[in-house]
Amino acid sequence: MVEPGTGLAATADAALGPPRSPAAILWRRFLEHRLALGSLLVLALLSAAALAAPLIEAAMGLDATLVDLFAAKLPPSLAHPLGTDELGRDLLLRLLYGGQVSLLVGLTAALGAAIIGTAVGLWAGYFGGAADALLMRLTDGVIALPLLPLLIVLAAVDLTKLGVPEAIATSRDVSLYRIVILIVLVGWTTVARLVRGAALSMKSREFVRAARALGAGHGRIILVHILPNVVSPIIVATTLSIGNIILLESVLSFLGLGIQPPIASWGNMLTNAQELIWDAPALAVYPGLLIFATVIAFNFLGDGLQDALDPRAVE
Amino acid sequence: MLRYIAQRLTESALVLLIMSFVIYGLIGLMPGDPIDIMVNSDPNLTAADAARLRALHGLDRPIWERYLSWLGAAVQGDFGYSRLHAKPVLDILWPRLGNTIVLMGLSFAIAFALALPAGLLAALKPRSARDAAVNIVAFAGISVPPFWLAILLIIVFAVFLGWLPAGGMAPAGAGILTRAEYLVLPVATLSIATLGGILRFVRAAAMEALRQDYVRTAFAKGLSERQVVLGHVLRNAMIPVVTILALNFGALFSGALITETMFGTLGMGKTIYESILGNDFNLALVGLLLATLTTLLANLLADLCYAWLDPRISYG
Repeated sequence: MVEPGTGLAATADAALGPPRSPAAILWRRFLEHRLALGSLLVLALLSAAALAAPLIEAAMGLDATLVDLFAAKLPPSLAHPLGTDELGRDLLLRLLYGGQVSLLVGLTAALGAAIIGTAVGLWAGYFGGAADALLMRLTDGVIALPLLPLLIVLAAVDLTKLGVPEAIATSRDVSLYRIVILIVLVGWTTVARLVRGAALSMKSREFVRAARALGAGHGRIILVHILPNVVSPIIVATTLSIGNIILLESVLSFLGLGIQPPIASWGNMLTNAQELIWDAPALAVYPGLLIFATVIAFNFLGDGLQDALDPRAVE
Repeated sequence: MLRYIAQRLTESALVLLIMSFVIYGLIGLMPGDPIDIMVNSDPNLTAADAARLRALHGLDRPIWERYLSWLGAAVQGDFGYSRLHAKPVLDILWPRLGNTIVLMGLSFAIAFALALPAGLLAALKPRSARDAAVNIVAFAGISVPPFWLAILLIIVFAVFLGWLPAGGMAPAGAGILTRAEYLVLPVATLSIATLGGILRFVRAAAMEALRQDYVRTAFAKGLSERQVVLGHVLRNAMIPVVTILALNFGALFSGALITETMFGTLGMGKTIYESILGNDFNLALVGLLLATLTTLLANLLADLCYAWLDPRISYG
């Protein structure tokens, strides 16, 4: 009644078909998820285009950072396939460079959050005790509080007052590092909670107890027996978090507190969009469309991975 | 029950106290202090004057000492003045809290009213075209940048069609229809941004409830699909949904901040954002605390709903 027709056919199929390795089963299940597959393709294309931005720039014979107020807000033409922005820079190149930044921030912050979250989650789930109680309180707090206003405060903090050397605090790329660190600071809790739960249920399983009986130390049990068993939820959660991070980065950059110009990001390209709505609506549409496409692609991808990796879905 | 509420309120007060110290400390780390601002606006002030002023206003004292004196005034109801508005901060924040609650309440109600039937319908026929459509709407909702959604809505409904105002507040003393006109686009933005998440929770919770034995029993004893869904599935699916929604109240507030900023709605979110950018320390601090307090109270309320929905839970 709930899932009609899948049971019998699937069992028969599995019985008749050749034996498959777990990886092949995963891959086949992933292929069935058309949205995830399409998303992977879109993301690969987007990343390739973003990485090739300097090449495309050279091929077009343009300079993406060159401000030319006489060529501002031009309509699309051969020289500028998507036209130019309010400062006369080529919109296509800006979008590609912005894509580099958004993808870079999304991937590094997600990875950083996953590493810290995994370490904390394993520790709390395996050892329990006061560290665990503290972790749960902390994650409760991070989830329940109004995050955006707090991030705005954190993003506005003057780094020199924190003892960061003047040269670094005023360098061009500091906004990039700052936003990655901020997002890791608030983002690790999701993975930590997840890993904690998984580690908690793993540590009383027979194979863990057997390993302990054989004299394995805590470090070995955690790394060899528990970690491999919690990898799939980590992969799914990390993939899903990339989309959220890109969204958060774009919001903060849009509000003027994330990636700072002259570095382009899809979020900060929209900062002036509201004033441009009347005479150049295209400038307000493209960056947002790319954020939307990237975020939804990562979400579909994560969803597909979840379906493929979820042990409850084993045929 | 009363004991539970009292305990939770005490906890909330403690969280609020910790938050007030953290935010106070963070604001002290923001660029510039009130004296810097005075120096910038008055070229006749010398460095010695600035130092004297700092001592006069206690800005040379250590941070915890300043915090304690702020706290001492705050518990007596003195939250200080806003630099940008030159008014006591509570006089500014109260009416704006009201505007934000209207925006969040309406958006949440609309998103929930749409997500509940849609999520249930999708869960009843998984892998159908209907389910796929609901799924895509849900993913689009959680993936769209809210500020961009606002821009799109403004382009379509305010610029091209000219049906609705692009932002701002209804003039004072305007009728209810005019007020509603100004609310349509912000509420639409926040509803769409909120809808996706709720839809996914409702669908997942309903799928889970449909798998339970009591649902099979209900079907077996001959109840119609309608009776099963309304009598058994809905109520049980609501339990996880309510929990998760309570936790999402903070996200709803974040969404309100973006929406208010985009449409120029005079609400808490926009006020907090502008006070931080404008070095209005008192307003930022109290605004953030008020937002935190609202979130904590909403969480408490949801926990109480949770007990009401699920008689197995008691907070003795």
